[in-house]
Amino acid sequence: MSCCAPGAEMALELENSISVLPSSQEIRLASRSLGGGLNQTDLSVPMVHCAACIQTIETALAKLDDVEGARVNLSTKRVAIRWRGDQVPPFVAALGRLGYEAHLFAPEVDEKDKTLAELIRAVAVAGFAAGNIMLLSVSVWSGAEGATRDLFHWVSALIAIPALAFAGGIFFRSAWNALRHGRMNMDVPIAVGVSLAYAMSLYETINHGEHAYFDASVSLLFFLLIGRTLDHVMRERARTAVKSLSQLAARGAMVLRRDGARDYLPVGEIAPGMQLLIAAGERIPVDGQIIQGASDLDCSLVSGESTPRNVAPGEAVQAGVLNLTGSLTIEATAAAKDSFLAEMVRLMEAAEGGRAHYRRIADRVSALYAPVVHLTAFVTFLGWMAATGDWHRAMTIAIAVLIITCPCALGLAVPIVQVVAARRLFENGIMVKDGSAMERLATIDTAVFDKTGTLTLGQPRLVNSGSIDPVMLAIAADLAAHSRHPFSKAIAGFATPGGQHKFDAVTEHPGFGIEATDAGSTWRLGRRGWAGSKARTGGEGKHGYGGTVLTKNGMIVASFAFQDALRADACAAIDQLKHAGISVEMLSGDTAAACAEVAKGLGVDDFVPCLLPSGKVERIETLAKDGHKVLMVGDGLNDTPALGAAHVSIAPATAADIGRNAADFVFLRESLLAVPLALEVSRKAGRLIRQNIAIAIVYNTIAVPIAILGHVTPLVAAIAMSASSLLVIGNALRLQGFVLAEVRGAPPATRSGIRASVQPS
Amino acid sequence: MTTLVYLIPAALFLGALGLSGFLWALRSGQYEDLHGAAERILVDRDDKPER
Repeated sequence: MSCCAPGAEMALELENSISVLPSSQEIRLASRSLGGGLNQTDLSVPMVHCAACIQTIETALAKLDDVEGARVNLSTKRVAIRWRGDQVPPFVAALGRLGYEAHLFAPEVDEKDKTLAELIRAVAVAGFAAGNIMLLSVSVWSGAEGATRDLFHWVSALIAIPALAFAGGIFFRSAWNALRHGRMNMDVPIAVGVSLAYAMSLYETINHGEHAYFDASVSLLFFLLIGRTLDHVMRERARTAVKSLSQLAARGAMVLRRDGARDYLPVGEIAPGMQLLIAAGERIPVDGQIIQGASDLDCSLVSGESTPRNVAPGEAVQAGVLNLTGSLTIEATAAAKDSFLAEMVRLMEAAEGGRAHYRRIADRVSALYAPVVHLTAFVTFLGWMAATGDWHRAMTIAIAVLIITCPCALGLAVPIVQVVAARRLFENGIMVKDGSAMERLATIDTAVFDKTGTLTLGQPRLVNSGSIDPVMLAIAADLAAHSRHPFSKAIAGFATPGGQHKFDAVTEHPGFGIEATDAGSTWRLGRRGWAGSKARTGGEGKHGYGGTVLTKNGMIVASFAFQDALRADACAAIDQLKHAGISVEMLSGDTAAACAEVAKGLGVDDFVPCLLPSGKVERIETLAKDGHKVLMVGDGLNDTPALGAAHVSIAPATAADIGRNAADFVFLRESLLAVPLALEVSRKAGRLIRQNIAIAIVYNTIAVPIAILGHVTPLVAAIAMSASSLLVIGNALRLQGFVLAEVRGAPPATRSGIRASVQPS
Repeated sequence: MTTLVYLIPAALFLGALGLSGFLWALRSGQYEDLHGAAERILVDRDDKPER
C-alpha cells in the first residue's frame, strides 16, 4: 500500500511544520491514569487511513520503551497509547518520523456516547419485537382463527410491552417535553398514535376481537428509530472528527515562580501578575506584556494580518498568538477567562442571530401536520358516532386513521436525506455539525470570506525564486531550515536534496534573522537593514530597507519577495459560487493593499479591509438586515463572532478551536472547492427533502380517505406504511448518484490531511 | 395447536438469544471501530485479541 508512504514533498512539508509538537508536560496533562502506574494518552492522527498505517503506527509505537501497547482507531482517526513510568515516551516524535502528524485533544473522562448506545439498544429491542410480532401477525392474516388468533394476539401484546417501554420511551419523553413547553414536534403524533394503537389492540384482544395493530405500533417505532440513530451517528461522527483536530489554544504554560522554580500550570490556573516562559513555537495562553526577549509573532489567527509582527520588551501580546522565533518571558495581564479569546466568545454569543430563530423544516411541517391529523381523527370519530351511534366502531376507525397517518414516512423524510448528504460530504472531507446547517446553507445568497487563512493559506510563498541565483537560493534554504519563521519555511522548501551546505555555527536573532559562519565568511538571512544594506550591484535595490535578503559579509547576494499563497482552487471555488448565483465578498483585518491584491487575483469585487472583529459582525448584520442570507467562511479568532452572526458558517480545519466550534461545516482538505460542493449538496438535499415531504403527503391523501371510510385492516396498514417508508428511503438514496457525478467532474482533490503539500495556485 | 406450545417459546428464545448476543457485542466495544476492523484483516501478524 504505497499510498501510505509519504512522498518526498510530504515529508518536507512535515519537517517544516514541526513547530507545534506538544511538550511532554502538555502530554502529561492530557493523559489519564489507568491505575497500577499505567497511563493512557489519546492522540488524534488525522492522516491514518488504511491497514498499512495501522500496522506501521502500532508496531513502531510498541517498540518504544515504557510503551505497553498502542491501538489505532481508524473510524475516529485516533491512537490510544498505554504507557508506564514517569517519563512520557517520545511517541509524538516517533509518529512524526513515520510521517504522521499527531495532536493532543482534550481528554474525555470516559465520556462514551450514552445517547448513541441507548438508541442502538432501542433499535435492537424494537427490531426483535417487530420481527417476532410480524411473524405472528402474518399467521393471523393468513387465516388463524378463534383460540389460535387470541393466543397469537396475547403473545404479540406481551412482546410489544418491553419494546414500547424501552424503545418507545425515547419518543414519549421527547413528545412530553415538547408539549410541556407548549410546542409541537414530530414525536407528538408518533407517541399518540403508537400508544393509542396499543391500547385499542389490547382491548380488542381481551374481547376476542379480529383486528389488533401490535405489529403496526412496534414496526413504526423500529423504522423511526433507525432514522433517528443514523441521524445521530452522522452528527456524532462530525463532532468527533472536528474535536480531534489539532488544538490551537494553549493548554497550559510554564510559570516562573518568584523563587525561580518552574511549574507547568493549566491555562485556567494562570493569574494576572504571573511570569510565563513562552518558548519558540508555542502559543501565548493569556493576554500579557513582554518582559524579556524579542521574537516574531504570528498573529494571523488573531488579527488576520499575514505578515509576522516583530515584538520587543514592553509590548502587549494577545492570547492565541503564535510565538515563532525567540523565547519570551511575559507577565500575564489577564486571566484566561478575561483574555482576547474569551472576549471573542462573548462577542460571538452577543451576535448569535440567524440561527436561534431558524426552525427546521421537519419542525415546521410537524407543527402543521400534527393538529391536522388529530383533528381528522376526531372528526372521523364524531362522524361515525353520528352515523352509526356505535362508539366502539367509531373509536376503532378513528384510531385506524391515527395509525395510518402516523408520520413514519414524514419522520424518515428529512433525516434520511440528511444522513446520505452528510455521508457524501464526509467522504469529501467536509464535516457537518447538524442537519439544520444543510437546510440553512441551501438558502444563502451571499458568501463572505475572510482573507488570511481562508482564501489564502496564511503562509507566505516565495514568488521570485526564478530570478534568484540557484546556488544562493540553496544556501539560503539551508540557512532557513534552522528557523520556524514563516518566511524561512517558505525559503527552506527550495533546499536541494543532498546538497547540505556546511555551516560552522548558526544562530537565530529573533526579530532579525539567521546568522551563520562558514570558512571565514559570515552569511546572514533576514531583514535588509540588519543583514546588510549594500547590494553587490550598488544602490539599495527596489525594496528599499524592507524585504528579506541573503548577505555574505554584509553584501546582499539575493533578495526575496513573498506573497501569501492562495488556497488551492480558491479561484475555481469563487467562480463556481458566482455561477450558483451567490454574490461573493471579502472581509479582512489585513491592510487594504494586501486585500486588493488577493481580491484582484480571485475576481472578488467587494472587499472591506482593516476590519476589527466587531466590524465583521456589523457588516454581516447589515447584509442580513437588507434581507440577505449570509454564509461566512473564516478561520481566525477574529472571525469567530462573524461565524456566529452569519446565517450559516464554514471553517477550514486549520481554524482556531473556537472558530471551528462556532462553524456549522468544517472542511479538512486544503481545497476551497469544499465550499461550492457543500452548497451544491445542500441544495440537492433540500430539493430531495421537499420531494420526500410531498411523497408523504400524497401517501396520506390516498390512505386517509380509505381509513376514514373504515376499510383499513392491520394488513392494509402494514403494507401502506412500509411502502411509503421504502419510497422515501429510495428517493433519499438518489442523492448518492447526484453527488458521485459531481465529484467525478471536479479536479482531483489534494491528499486528505490538513497540511497536504502546498500547491502553488 | 399443540406444536405451537413449544414452537413459539423456542422461536422467542432464539430471537432473544440473538438480541442478547448483539447487546453483549455492543457493550464490549466491538462496534467502536468498524472501519478499522474492516482494514485490520489485511494486517498480517500473529496478534492476540486485545481491546
